[in-house]
Amino acid sequence: MNSLNFNIDFGYLEGLVRGFKSGIVKQADYLNLMQCETLDDLKLHLQSTDYGNFLSNEPSPLQVSIIDDKIREKLVIEFEHMRTQSVVPLSTFLDYITYGYMIDNIVLLITGTLHQHTISELIPKCHPLGSFEQMEALSIASTLLELYNAVLVDTPLAPYFIDCISEQDIDELNIEIIRNTLYRAYLEDFYKFCQTLGSTTADYMSEVLAFEADRRAITITINSFGTELTKDDRATLFPRCGKLFPEGHSALVRADDYEHVRAVAEFYSEYRILFEESGNNPTEKTLEDKFFEHEVMLMKKAFLEQFHFGIFYAYVKLKEQENRNIVWIAECVAQRHQTRIDGYIPIF
Amino acid sequence: MASVLTPVYIVLTMALAAFLILSFYYTLTDQGYRYNIGWLLQDTSPYMWANLGIGLGISLSVVGAAWGIFTTGSSILGGGVKAPRIRTKNLVSIIFCEAVAIYGIIMAIVISNQETVFNPQKWSEAERYQLSSQNHHAGYSMFGAGLTVGFSNLFCGICVGIVGSGAALADAQNSSLFVKILIVEIFGSAIGLFGVIISILQVTHAKMGDK
Repeated sequence: MNSLNFNIDFGYLEGLVRGFKSGIVKQADYLNLMQCETLDDLKLHLQSTDYGNFLSNEPSPLQVSIIDDKIREKLVIEFEHMRTQSVVPLSTFLDYITYGYMIDNIVLLITGTLHQHTISELIPKCHPLGSFEQMEALSIASTLLELYNAVLVDTPLAPYFIDCISEQDIDELNIEIIRNTLYRAYLEDFYKFCQTLGSTTADYMSEVLAFEADRRAITITINSFGTELTKDDRATLFPRCGKLFPEGHSALVRADDYEHVRAVAEFYSEYRILFEESGNNPTEKTLEDKFFEHEVMLMKKAFLEQFHFGIFYAYVKLKEQENRNIVWIAECVAQRHQTRIDGYIPIF
Repeated sequence: MASVLTPVYIVLTMALAAFLILSFYYTLTDQGYRYNIGWLLQDTSPYMWANLGIGLGISLSVVGAAWGIFTTGSSILGGGVKAPRIRTKNLVSIIFCEAVAIYGIIMAIVISNQETVFNPQKWSEAERYQLSSQNHHAGYSMFGAGLTVGFSNLFCGICVGIVGSGAALADAQNSSLFVKILIVEIFGSAIGLFGVIISILQVTHAKMGDK
């Protein structure tokens, strides 16, 4: 899969996804959106972007959740179109992108069932890109082993459950452990798959997935301070790829507070910069925001090279970031709280 | 994933294996005299070389043109969905690729015009050596000319195709980029022209026939 043969199967889709990317909301549009007084103003300004009349059928008192849903629906339509047009190995690659959403949906459904919500309340909250058959059947079982035998073994995520099937009942703590274990298996599998896809894709996706793995390792560490998660358990949740593997991981396992984590990140130049520029004051950006900024910078790099699959992954991530941005601005507009309205992450 | 060259590798390996086995057999059974390159070159017909040259010339040019056209064409299709203005302007890249196939046809016609019938039985003893070597020279020239034009057009077509694909995608984002990238394409298509020029030089001295 190189520049000679890529266009046979994937040239059209590459052109198409670059067209979608040029429709991503630009800085000038964000400035307009920030000036809006009401959500109807926002809707008017969004009509001049690539979104067009997507909100035209919604009844008049617009809510932020409706805007969120419709933005997500547009991404889903575009992604599904590309997925149906693609052939192996691009179709496998696009499927891997959806597995992340599937993991989130499974965890959402299990948690919702634990809290006695009905399945019909939970299904609309699931991300459409991560839907699979028999999603409704996830409410039936109470231990993970039963759930696996009944439903999950038929999903594409079946091999990721090997490390976390147990006879215990599912409860609050181990649902997060299950989520992180699944995600770790998924990231490692995705990483291995990308290595088979030719040099450009492998190079780009290695860097991107390494950052994703490192970000998860750091976030899990920081979030686990003050919880019941033991250090050994923490070590089993870190994905075994990325820059921090293996020495950084052993250092993170021993970390006890935020300063220790920052000290570990000092050894890696990109993460040191992210920690330095973040902080907990209201005027500074949070670490999570800096991670998002770094991710956007990495995603934009995908479009500088031709003939690789990274552009599809980058497009999905950039549209998600755009979704978060527009919803942030919409929330600030709806609550008339203009001070942090510029807290979105600029993309283009 | 199997690369597109796998069948080529398989054929080459089998040919090499056959050659080595045969060499060992002949050497060990004292039949080394059978490897007679002189006999091979003298007794193969100049017609075979000439027609191989014509065939390779036109077919490799067409492969190059086809490669270029599909590479550029699929990018134009994809980019034209969200940026319809690029559709007409980028057909220029397709025309550059097509030109490569036209060079192939021209050279095939020129080479085949040089090819005439000769009859060794009509030659007298005095002129046999000179006519024989002249006809062999003609055969090899036409073969060489066909290879020259074929391979240079093959790579020219691939080059123009890949650059044209980039031009279409860049044009879809920012229309001022198209003219700049077109200059790169023009340089790319010049190399096909070099092949044609040298091929003509090779073939003009080829004289086949009974005189």
